[in-house]
Amino acid sequence: MGWFDSLKRGISKTAQILNTDVRDLFKAGEILTEDKLVLYHKRLISTDMGVAAADALIVEIREKHLGRTVILDELWKTIHDKLESLLRGVDGEVWDPEQPLSPLNFSNVGPTVILVAGVNGVGKTTSIAKLANLLKKNGKKVVLAAGDTFRAAAVEQLTMWSQRIGVEIVTKPSQSDPAAVAHAGCTRTKELNADVLIVDTAGRLHTEVNLMNQLTKIRRVISSQIPDAPHETLLVLDAVTGQNGITQAQKFSEAAGCTGIILAKLDGTARGGIVIAIRQQMSLPVKYVGVGEQIDDLQLFNPTAFVDALLATGP
Amino acid sequence: MFEGITSSLTGALSFFRGSGKLTEASIREGLKAVRQALLEADVNYDVAQEFVDKITEEAIGQKVLESLSPQEMILGIVYQELINLMGPVDHELKLRRDGISIIMLCGLQGSGKTTTAGKLARMLKEQGKKPFLVAADLQRPAAIEQLKTIGAQLEVPVHAEAPNGNPVTVCQNGVKAAKAAGANVVILDTAGRLHVDPELMEELRNIDRKVEPQQILFVCDAMTGQDAVNSARAFNEALELDGIIMTKLDGDARGGAALSVKQVTGVPIKFMGVGEQLDKLEPFHPERMASRILGGGDMQTLAEKAQRVFDQDSMAKAQEELMRGKFTLNSFLDAMKQIKKLGNFKSILQYIPGMSGMLGQLGDLSGADKDITRIEGIISSMTAEERQNPENIDISRRRRIARGSGVEAAEVNRLLKDFGSMAKMMQGMAGMDKMSQAKQMQMMASSGMFQPGAEMPGAGKTRSKPKPMDADKKKKLKKEAEKQKKKNRKR
Repeated sequence: MGWFDSLKRGISKTAQILNTDVRDLFKAGEILTEDKLVLYHKRLISTDMGVAAADALIVEIREKHLGRTVILDELWKTIHDKLESLLRGVDGEVWDPEQPLSPLNFSNVGPTVILVAGVNGVGKTTSIAKLANLLKKNGKKVVLAAGDTFRAAAVEQLTMWSQRIGVEIVTKPSQSDPAAVAHAGCTRTKELNADVLIVDTAGRLHTEVNLMNQLTKIRRVISSQIPDAPHETLLVLDAVTGQNGITQAQKFSEAAGCTGIILAKLDGTARGGIVIAIRQQMSLPVKYVGVGEQIDDLQLFNPTAFVDALLATGP
Repeated sequence: MFEGITSSLTGALSFFRGSGKLTEASIREGLKAVRQALLEADVNYDVAQEFVDKITEEAIGQKVLESLSPQEMILGIVYQELINLMGPVDHELKLRRDGISIIMLCGLQGSGKTTTAGKLARMLKEQGKKPFLVAADLQRPAAIEQLKTIGAQLEVPVHAEAPNGNPVTVCQNGVKAAKAAGANVVILDTAGRLHVDPELMEELRNIDRKVEPQQILFVCDAMTGQDAVNSARAFNEALELDGIIMTKLDGDARGGAALSVKQVTGVPIKFMGVGEQLDKLEPFHPERMASRILGGGDMQTLAEKAQRVFDQDSMAKAQEELMRGKFTLNSFLDAMKQIKKLGNFKSILQYIPGMSGMLGQLGDLSGADKDITRIEGIISSMTAEERQNPENIDISRRRRIARGSGVEAAEVNRLLKDFGSMAKMMQGMAGMDKMSQAKQMQMMASSGMFQPGAEMPGAGKTRSKPKPMDADKKKKLKKEAEKQKKKNRKR
């Protein structure tokens, strides 16, 4: 199954055909009225893209199409282009779907370190397992550091995954200092001459000052072991998250210097539109999306396909 | 919590506050802002629309337009409507008086089911029940271990089987095991699942049929966006939910999901999770929530919390001293210790009316908690005599105290100075009614009372003279006073 198919399946299990949303709301040949725009605004809000992005889109449609006869393809193009440009951000970065590792910033010399953070229950550990699997399949030698020493059995959870994937894991007893785990991870990675170290962290609410400081400390410990590390700090975001995702992205970036987002659990009816608001407000790009519960269900983020799936009619 | 919605709703309503009389147009304009605030709080679109429509309908009545303080009326209507939306209250778990009761938890992945199972078990144990946990989440790796660890922490028995088994059988066996162990409440921790996954939803229905739980509770992450209504609705259709538990409300999520989920399913929100620790589960109160949303603070929760934690005797003593206008370093220390027991400063502040809005301004208060520990250290290094009569502490005594507590002498000075001005205020407060006391507290906080080292108002030299008012302002005030007089006469 191609990646687009699983994304489509992920975003809308009812698998509606693309842009039916536009088709069932706007009828070709009709005059586009303000009432229709209000209805469309509602649909945009339901994707969690936020009021600001939805408003921006409506303004664009209003300027170009209000009071005119609806030509579906043109209308669709306006919406699609606007959303895609919002998602691409100012730098317009797009990754090569043939190169699944292309969004990652690899170190030129020595091992690459990827730090993974996020609030509780967003799917960090599972995303790490998927990412480790992807790296391994692409010929990288991977070490995991089980830095979530807080939640009961989190270490066991990651250990099970490491055995399934067949990668090395560094652990310390529950309640150990997570920075010490990161430190041990760096040491082990260098010993093994591995390519990539992925450091897990405990889920934390971004409002917990002490825990956010701890994240900064983990970062510091890593960079003292491996210069320029961590090369990637990925924020895992639950696709079901609403507008709070923006604050999450801001606070985690302040504490840990995020370089990208993994949008997890994009396999329900949640649209994950919040990433548009995040891209719009702070230009943090989505790098991967988790589209299922299987280990291979981690996909490179493709703005075009995402927009297509986002605007398909939900249940 | 709910600070976001509080500040944006307050912002929206300040529109009313500024404009003297309300016209229909200004109601509509102001309520547009309310609607936007609700949408930004992740309230479902339809729910937000319905909410605003209803208020518009009620507000554009004769009464409001002719009312003397329209903003109060609007606030009242918004508040009442929020309560209607989230209520009525129902915290009952409808447990059987005799025999065994079964509670089943369900929800999406990562919503916090396993932690909530632990919190519920702890709460039931505290109420004298004999809870029993069943690890029916066979999907997520190590979920069973997580529940076992929590069970061990709480000393609550856990039934678990190999992860390759069948969850329905696990639940059936779990209930049997619970009966054998003499437990009276069984909590089933099921695997997280998507509401669009028919197989897994069928599995839940199977558990429901075979085990027949008295309560099926849906665990919902407060940070959920617009999709919250879809999942809640789907779970409710499949299982007929008895209640909802909102989790992760200790974050800054605006929690609009709470509003919409209740509205769409009609299922009561029973509890809310407000922290990672297992004692952070509180009953859900729509009145308090609505009042918090409107920036009114939540004294009731604080009072209840205090009742549980406060040492009644020492409180009574401190209060007595306060009433007599005598406030010593001993009572100061007691108060500090009590506050520490309650939780950190920030979590206290948000319960005090008008404070929630100030939390943002206060910024990082984690230093204040550390400061309490230091203040404790300093006071502990004083003799009983010194604590009773701090005014007698001279320079050499200060040096000794500083050495004893390992701080700089300047810090002892600062504490004594802060204490001096606080005592002065306390003396003043002793004669006030509750309302004025609250106002005084707010003034103290806004002046940096809770920020260590900040200057205190009314503390000797730091008191600043009132600035002369400019003519315009004076005129305006005078005019307003006239108006008020007229109003009073009308009444």
